[in-house]
Amino acid sequence: MGQGTVQILVYTVVLLLLAYPLGAYMAWVYSDRFRAPRWMAAPERAFLRVVGAGSGEQDWKSYAKTALGFMGVFAVLLYLLLRLQGHLPLNPDGMKGVLPHISMNTTASFITNTNWQYYGGEFTMSYLSQMVGLAVQNFVSAALGMAVLVAVVRGFARRSRSELGNFWVDLYRSLVYILLPLALVVGAILISQGVVQTFNGHATAHTLQGATQTIARGPAASQIAIKQLGTNGGGFFNSNSAVPFENPTGFSNFIEALCILLIPAAQVFMFGRMIGLRRQAWPIIGAMVAMFVIGVALLFPAEQHGSQVLRNSGVNITQGHGQSGGNMADKEVRFGIADTALWATATTDASNGSVNGGHDALTATGGAVPIVNIFTGEVIFGGVGSGLYGMFFYVLIAVFVAGLMVGRTPEYVGKKIEAREIKLAAVGALFVPTMVLVLTAISVVTGHGLASIFNSGAHGFSEALYTYDSQSNNNGSAFAGYGATEFSALAGTITLWLGRFVPLIAALAIGGSLAQKRAVPPSAGTLRTDGLTFGVLIVGVIVLTAGLMIFPALSLGPIVEALS
Amino acid sequence: MTRVLRGAVVAVVLCTLVFGLAYPLLLTGFAQAFFSGKANGSLVKVDGRVVGSKLVAQGFTSPRYFHPRPSATAPAYNAGATTFANLGPTNPDLAKAVRQQARAILKLERPYNPGLTIGDIPVDAVTTSGSGIDPHISPANARLQAARVASVRGLSQQRVLDLVDKHTDGRGLGFLGEPGVNVLELNLALDRETPA
Repeated sequence: MGQGTVQILVYTVVLLLLAYPLGAYMAWVYSDRFRAPRWMAAPERAFLRVVGAGSGEQDWKSYAKTALGFMGVFAVLLYLLLRLQGHLPLNPDGMKGVLPHISMNTTASFITNTNWQYYGGEFTMSYLSQMVGLAVQNFVSAALGMAVLVAVVRGFARRSRSELGNFWVDLYRSLVYILLPLALVVGAILISQGVVQTFNGHATAHTLQGATQTIARGPAASQIAIKQLGTNGGGFFNSNSAVPFENPTGFSNFIEALCILLIPAAQVFMFGRMIGLRRQAWPIIGAMVAMFVIGVALLFPAEQHGSQVLRNSGVNITQGHGQSGGNMADKEVRFGIADTALWATATTDASNGSVNGGHDALTATGGAVPIVNIFTGEVIFGGVGSGLYGMFFYVLIAVFVAGLMVGRTPEYVGKKIEAREIKLAAVGALFVPTMVLVLTAISVVTGHGLASIFNSGAHGFSEALYTYDSQSNNNGSAFAGYGATEFSALAGTITLWLGRFVPLIAALAIGGSLAQKRAVPPSAGTLRTDGLTFGVLIVGVIVLTAGLMIFPALSLGPIVEALS
Repeated sequence: MTRVLRGAVVAVVLCTLVFGLAYPLLLTGFAQAFFSGKANGSLVKVDGRVVGSKLVAQGFTSPRYFHPRPSATAPAYNAGATTFANLGPTNPDLAKAVRQQARAILKLERPYNPGLTIGDIPVDAVTTSGSGIDPHISPANARLQAARVASVRGLSQQRVLDLVDKHTDGRGLGFLGEPGVNVLELNLALDRETPA
């Protein structure tokens, strides 16, 4: 375990060291002080002109309308592309059009930054669909989340105004000044490690024992760089980042895992700078790091201890003497237990959902960690943008709870938090978990729902729970045995859309409401929100809200399984 | 709203051109210029013929060769349709698969390795990998198979173990990930040593 613990510690430290300066850079990019060099400013001006951005800023309703309109247009075109890919170019392996219910689910999944995949990329999607359809969404859905977050943060920062910024400006800056350069650098690093990036179709090998082997490849590195950075997570290949062509070495694994949490972590520091109160970032990032560490600290030993079946089988699962041991089912040798546990935690803390090992094969305790991580609404770092605006719901509830305890009107970063904000925060925090529980319930009592379950018993329940947990919270990882039927694909489609829209609109509405308020100078009665106490309070509120809601479901799935 | 939609359509077209075409083309150009071997799948050629990829397991069954980990793809080691096995930790099918695999290994290795028991089999040898095409086996797994390969090929066990060491990919930067023995490269090295 020592070796693995060192890797996890190094990972956490490097993550924070990179996130801090990136956060400062992002705060600058989104600010009025930002001046791009002339050769970069001209394309930005041209873009804003052709999309009709206008010169002014937008209030929260107008901002939301533009964002949703943009998503809607993209959704229609992506659906058509998937259905018609058989008749379109860049299809060297002759893929047919994707089935209607899979196309609907996939469209919702990629537009909402989820990347739940009811298909295997290498035998379903043409290169055109992967690049022009799916990889573009990896950029755009991520940038959309980032733009919305910036608008919400401006709500905290501004005084007595109704505007939150211009959607097109924020979108452009997220895409061109943040995501694109990072993706190019990461893509180049991944290619140097052995990730494939080619327009040639599959290769044919004549194996040493005289068989013929078909080897799928394609322009994967460009997609993987952005799928990790943009907390998208959708694999180029079916087994996602477990496939050596997506993630060939321990080093590529480290880089990809860093990218999962990099932007979400940086956004917390960005928030501190944008509101001019840098210390306010610390309790939030502290709460996130604490919950991340707790997750790994549960998952890693559980996997190292091995599953019941493997312990009873009598094979050697002890670490050392040339093996990582533990529960190696559906894991890769080059990652072993520690790196798979680290990844499984990071990818479900964020709304990433890429995997470098199979989650369905995780031990009962190991599998419970991702379920709970996702169920918090992915606020432990969380998705790009959506993670922090989701966290604001809990932060406001924490402020409110503290206000009730001391008997004062709650304030946060100089703003009075009143009934409207708390109502919106409650909707933002509770709507999605409720939807998860309802959909899971429906799927385990109806014949249509039960048809998707692969493993029997308590683990089968966990599969259904994971499926709706993951799609509702726009994560995209899976207990992958859960099958695609028309019912599960369409139920998933609904949760995907609602899981994206409801919190997004609630967050923008909070931003709009806060922006209009005057600043309240801190007084003796103001609760300090920049210290350790508040960090603990945030964790407490998350545990009480999400934890208590998920507990009954956990006890039907992973807990029964662990005790059986 | 029409103004929003018109703007959205224009933005969709621009985003598609930049992020759907220019961006992957740029990276492909870079990849093909500087890392063409890796970018095209790390293919391994012998006498000009592609015999496999360094990063893809292939089905070795002959006792002359080291064997890869079990694979859940259909058929096994299908590099055109990767998949997990998805068997849960208490699934009876997992118990059965592990038992069968362990029995097969004991049957295969015991003639060269008397006294071998199930407790000597490293866990990666009886479990499916994540991709179904894991190109590596653990060093422990390789050591287990070394006696057989040495005996069938008439090589000293030490020579085979040296080759195993030589084809073990270490940890990234010395501490990232786990060491793994590349099965295809090891078997190719063995074939160069003692051709069939």
